Amino acid sequence: MSEKRPGFAVYGPLIAFIIASAFPFYWAFLVGSHDDQHFKAEQPWLPGGNFLVNAKDVLDKVEFWKALGNSLIVSGTVTVSVVVLSSLAGFAFAKLRFKGRGPLLVFVVATLAVPTQLGIIPLYMAMAEFGWAGELGAVIVPNLITAFGVFWMRQFIADAVPDELVEAARMDGCSLLSTYWHVCLPAVRPAAAMLGIFTFMTSWNDFLWPLIALNAENPTIQVALEKLKSGYYVNNSLVLAGTTMATIPVLIVFLVLGRQIVAGIMQGAVKG
Amino acid sequence: MTTDTSVASGRGAAPRPPRRPEGDDSVGLVDPTRRYRFSNLDAKFSPYLFVAPFFVLFTVVGLFPLLYTAYISLFDWEIGLDGEFVGLANYVELLGDPQFWNAMVNTFSIFLMSSVPQIIVAVLIAALLNTALRARTLWRMGVLLPYVASLVALTLIFGDLFGVQYGMINDWLEAVGLDRINWQAERWWSHVAIATMVDWRWTGYNALIVLAAMQAIPRDVYEAAVVDGAGTMRRFFSVTLPMLRPTIIFVVITSTIGGLQIFTEPLLFEPAGGNANGGASNQFQTVMLYMYQAGFGRYELGYASAVAWVLFVVIIAIAGINFMLTRRIASSGED
Repeated sequence: MSEKRPGFAVYGPLIAFIIASAFPFYWAFLVGSHDDQHFKAEQPWLPGGNFLVNAKDVLDKVEFWKALGNSLIVSGTVTVSVVVLSSLAGFAFAKLRFKGRGPLLVFVVATLAVPTQLGIIPLYMAMAEFGWAGELGAVIVPNLITAFGVFWMRQFIADAVPDELVEAARMDGCSLLSTYWHVCLPAVRPAAAMLGIFTFMTSWNDFLWPLIALNAENPTIQVALEKLKSGYYVNNSLVLAGTTMATIPVLIVFLVLGRQIVAGIMQGAVKG
Repeated sequence: MTTDTSVASGRGAAPRPPRRPEGDDSVGLVDPTRRYRFSNLDAKFSPYLFVAPFFVLFTVVGLFPLLYTAYISLFDWEIGLDGEFVGLANYVELLGDPQFWNAMVNTFSIFLMSSVPQIIVAVLIAALLNTALRARTLWRMGVLLPYVASLVALTLIFGDLFGVQYGMINDWLEAVGLDRINWQAERWWSHVAIATMVDWRWTGYNALIVLAAMQAIPRDVYEAAVVDGAGTMRRFFSVTLPMLRPTIIFVVITSTIGGLQIFTEPLLFEPAGGNANGGASNQFQTVMLYMYQAGFGRYELGYASAVAWVLFVVIIAIAGINFMLTRRIASSGED
């Protein structure tokens, strides 16, 4: 194969694609940094100086900090739980022998295709019954472990943890749980980190269920953003200032962990 | 190498005697099988405990709600718990409900408009990324940027870009001498706008998945094609594309399951926000929006459950068809 460096025919379209990808972020900041009326009168291409004023309006109109805190609590709890419980189940499926292992694993994989989002009506009724409606627990508990997480960890553990190591730990008198803790977990850190990043992002961006399960006084950040838009007069500068504020933390995470996220998607694609 | 018959460690090593706990120097005083018995119980039951959380949680928050949705759909269940059993009446009403069919058509229209261009562009971008680029990871990250934006943020931004009076896209259309488009009011244009949001978020993500599959294609297949005199284009269409088929179908299945449940984009595309009408004449109301409106807007939980189940059957049917196609294509591609 020729390894010659590609020319403009390759870089040109890629640059165009990335500009198109980044533009809406810039647009949100552009509109968010101007006065709404002023922006409508003449459309500037450079950011204005009104961002802090808009940001203050956002803080007045919605419970921004509370929503941010709620999102952190929900996503943090869900991430820790998914990583621990999924790797525990993945360890059992990959390394332990027990009756029914094959069929049970097939069942886990099959549930990946089940759109559980369609069960939200009884789920809401159940939450209301338990008095959980409006509480963060209603958003946390249904996401404590995922089929994707179990499957992902199983695939990785099957390769990354040698059978001999598990047997040796057993020989030395480790219980299965401490074998998981001392032998399996240290070996699967990269996959666990990846699963953690994805779980956090998914949970952070979740909208439909938090919208139904939480009320307006106790929202996650996504539900709070939606609220900015309600009402008869919609101030676009306000909405997009709020959107920018909520996006900045995610962009920082992306800049720091982007390499891992990319690797994770590509690895998942080959294995899945 | 000299021959060494003793095996110190690894496969074939002589089993070591079980180690005693620290300070245990008793000789046969404690029941020697106790420890063994515990370890035996551990080996027998612990695996089930480890996998139990998934099955318990899936049953409680996934399977049971889905089945219970089917049960509720047989009742005239409004808010409160005094539902009256009505059999299949909700389904009969649903099948004769023009608004439901409108929502079904909208869902499929938006789904097709978003997934077809998305997959084509994703394959092309993947092909560009599969060249000997400088700073590979940076390009991959750039392509993935939209994927990290929250759906809500992105929909709010696009709602602004597609604004009728002050939206940038209409300004540009006018600048090149075209008419301004009423993106929210006109049915097909509203579908185009919503499909654009879906494409914008997912194309880069799917490009990376396709890229991973491209890199898994063995090099000697290409080398053989080069020897046979195939040019770049010919190699792409005759080697790369056919070998990507399973991956492309995987992408189609995952985007089908997600795409048919599209909710956030049409909900927030409404200029006023906060209602699930999908436009003044429901021109971009999807099935999920209709379910949300019936269930949490009008509190007709029985009827909304019937909507959910019809959508569920449609999704499973389409995923099943895709799956069978995958198997057929995959098996015919073997030889």
